[in-house]
Amino acid sequence: MSVKGAQTQSAPLRSWDWKAWRIAVRLNGTIRPAGTDALGVVMRFSGWRVLREGLSGNRGWGPHWRDPDPKAEYDAVIIGGGGHGLATAYYLAKDHGMTNIAVLERGYLGGGNVGRNTTIVRANYYLPGNSEFYSHSLKLWEGLEQDLNYNAMMSQRGILNVFHNDAQRDAAVRRANAIINQGDDAEILTRAQLRDMVPQLNYDGNRFPIQGALLQRRAGTARHDAVAWGFARAADLRGVDLIQNCEVTGIRTEGGRVTGVETGRGTIRAKTVAMAAAGRSSQVAALAGLTLPIESYVLQAFVTEGLKPIIDHVITFAEGHLYISQSDKGGLVFGSYLDLYASYAARGNLPMVEHTMEACMAMMPAIGKAKLLRGWGGIMDMTPDGSPIIDRTPIEGLYLNAGWCYGGFKATPASGQCYAHLIATGRPHDAAAGFRLDRFETGRGLMDEEATGAQHNLH
Amino acid sequence: MRITCPLCGERDRREFTYRGAALDAPAADDGAEAWHSHVHLRQNPAGPLEEWWHHQQGCGSWIRVRRDTVSHVMLASALAKPEDADGGSA
Ligand SMILES: Cc1cc2nc3c(=O)[nH]c(=O)nc-3n(C[C@H](O)[C@H](O)[C@H](O)COP(=O)(O)OP(=O)(O)OC[C@H]3O[C@@H](n4cnc5c(N)ncnc54)[C@H](O)[C@@H]3O)c2cc1C
Repeated sequence: MSVKGAQTQSAPLRSWDWKAWRIAVRLNGTIRPAGTDALGVVMRFSGWRVLREGLSGNRGWGPHWRDPDPKAEYDAVIIGGGGHGLATAYYLAKDHGMTNIAVLERGYLGGGNVGRNTTIVRANYYLPGNSEFYSHSLKLWEGLEQDLNYNAMMSQRGILNVFHNDAQRDAAVRRANAIINQGDDAEILTRAQLRDMVPQLNYDGNRFPIQGALLQRRAGTARHDAVAWGFARAADLRGVDLIQNCEVTGIRTEGGRVTGVETGRGTIRAKTVAMAAAGRSSQVAALAGLTLPIESYVLQAFVTEGLKPIIDHVITFAEGHLYISQSDKGGLVFGSYLDLYASYAARGNLPMVEHTMEACMAMMPAIGKAKLLRGWGGIMDMTPDGSPIIDRTPIEGLYLNAGWCYGGFKATPASGQCYAHLIATGRPHDAAAGFRLDRFETGRGLMDEEATGAQHNLH
Repeated sequence: MRITCPLCGERDRREFTYRGAALDAPAADDGAEAWHSHVHLRQNPAGPLEEWWHHQQGCGSWIRVRRDTVSHVMLASALAKPEDADGGSA
């Protein structure tokens, strides 16, 4: 469970660290609480510390969080230890002072989609509802590493959405204007400007010539595992119990009110239960008798062997939905469409592998020289309009965070903060007020970014 | 993944287009709630699912398939019946 290797991040010591240290000591009661070093001092990451550890055989690093047994009762429990569940716990503790809470994870922390995605972070959505939310999220990303004191390898390398024809350029311009109106950055690059920046693309392909791109410079990538670990550690330091190997198998209600959950590790009482189970949202909601507007599909991703730097940005190719970036280890990380059928297999099928490779070859034939190392799949909770849900449920005290489709990684900090706000105050956060569960029933406020219609199997 | 067409046998998934869960459509005057439920809400099972596939690049049949969504194993397959057309056509 511990994380190997040093993380570098220098930040001034702030008062909450000492508070967190006291919490850690109080809760754990051992000589060396998780998150503290051999002297019992909170294990803050800094350049100085990396140096010291490097000179002393790296013997001072401890586990990043405790491994507590579940208590019989909490003020709130969160179902799902992915990015969203962990971020929710962190912001409940940080923004609202709720520390008697637990995150219940059926596997290990970060073993779900938060550790399977292609790590793209951006704020280039354009419909009201999504627009302000992803804008808010990108701002949180920009301060996240300092906030968590954790190196999430946030890299604002810019995203280039390449277009091939006039219609796509018009759509890109419209989107760019919407992004600028929401207060974020967007630029339209001509073909010559783009070529200057990224010469290695196939500009004159017969079928998909490249005519320019929409650039958002503040977008980029972050190390997905580190985001989960950073939120986990920061939540743990504030007293949140992170409980792994703890599958929720039942949700208890009494007179229309939630009273707790059944788990593989016993019954846990709680008046507030917050679901954040991503691909498994339908199963978890069914435990409370709820049927969601969600179908689960598999999305694949791929990585090549490590290469010298060749792609400096995140690049998306309009035809074929390809998106690609290069990890700091040198691997090209990419993916494209969902496998378009309902699936809970965390692996996809060959037709979509083939399609994705074809899109790579169309965009940048040089990629054909690279050897593919791995491919994998994750289960996506798809809503009819392709946008998420952060809302109450008809059961008092039971909350829903779901429907992130293939785009929930970039949402992680804002999803956690907005969900925590709803849970703690009973009111939706301004940035997430559009993520209502009833929009499918009423037809009001649908956010169909792709304009394909708000029905299943179209996004 | 290979899908069994009752007419053509086991064929590559590429020949088929997916329609989604096989559901009985409400009557036209059944009201908004029934239609909301039909269009949006899903059992979304991790396990056997009844669903429609169209053998678009094969014999052109609409097929009702029972498939395990966890293992992708085909459990049953039958041609659509005329009365399915109300709920199943794309
Ligand atoms: C291949 C791929 C590429 C992607 N690329 C991007 C991208 O580039 N950018 C982007 O923004 N998004 C991307 N996404 C989407 C993003 O990863 C997800 O939307 C997001 O991670 C979902 O939220 P989460 O992190 O909380 O999910 P998860 O990490 O899946 O967390 C849910 C957790 O709930 C747990 N759980 C489920 N049932 C129970 C239960 N009964 N009891 C207890 N625990 C339970 C699971 O074990 C899991 O750990 C991608 C996804 C995939 C699969």
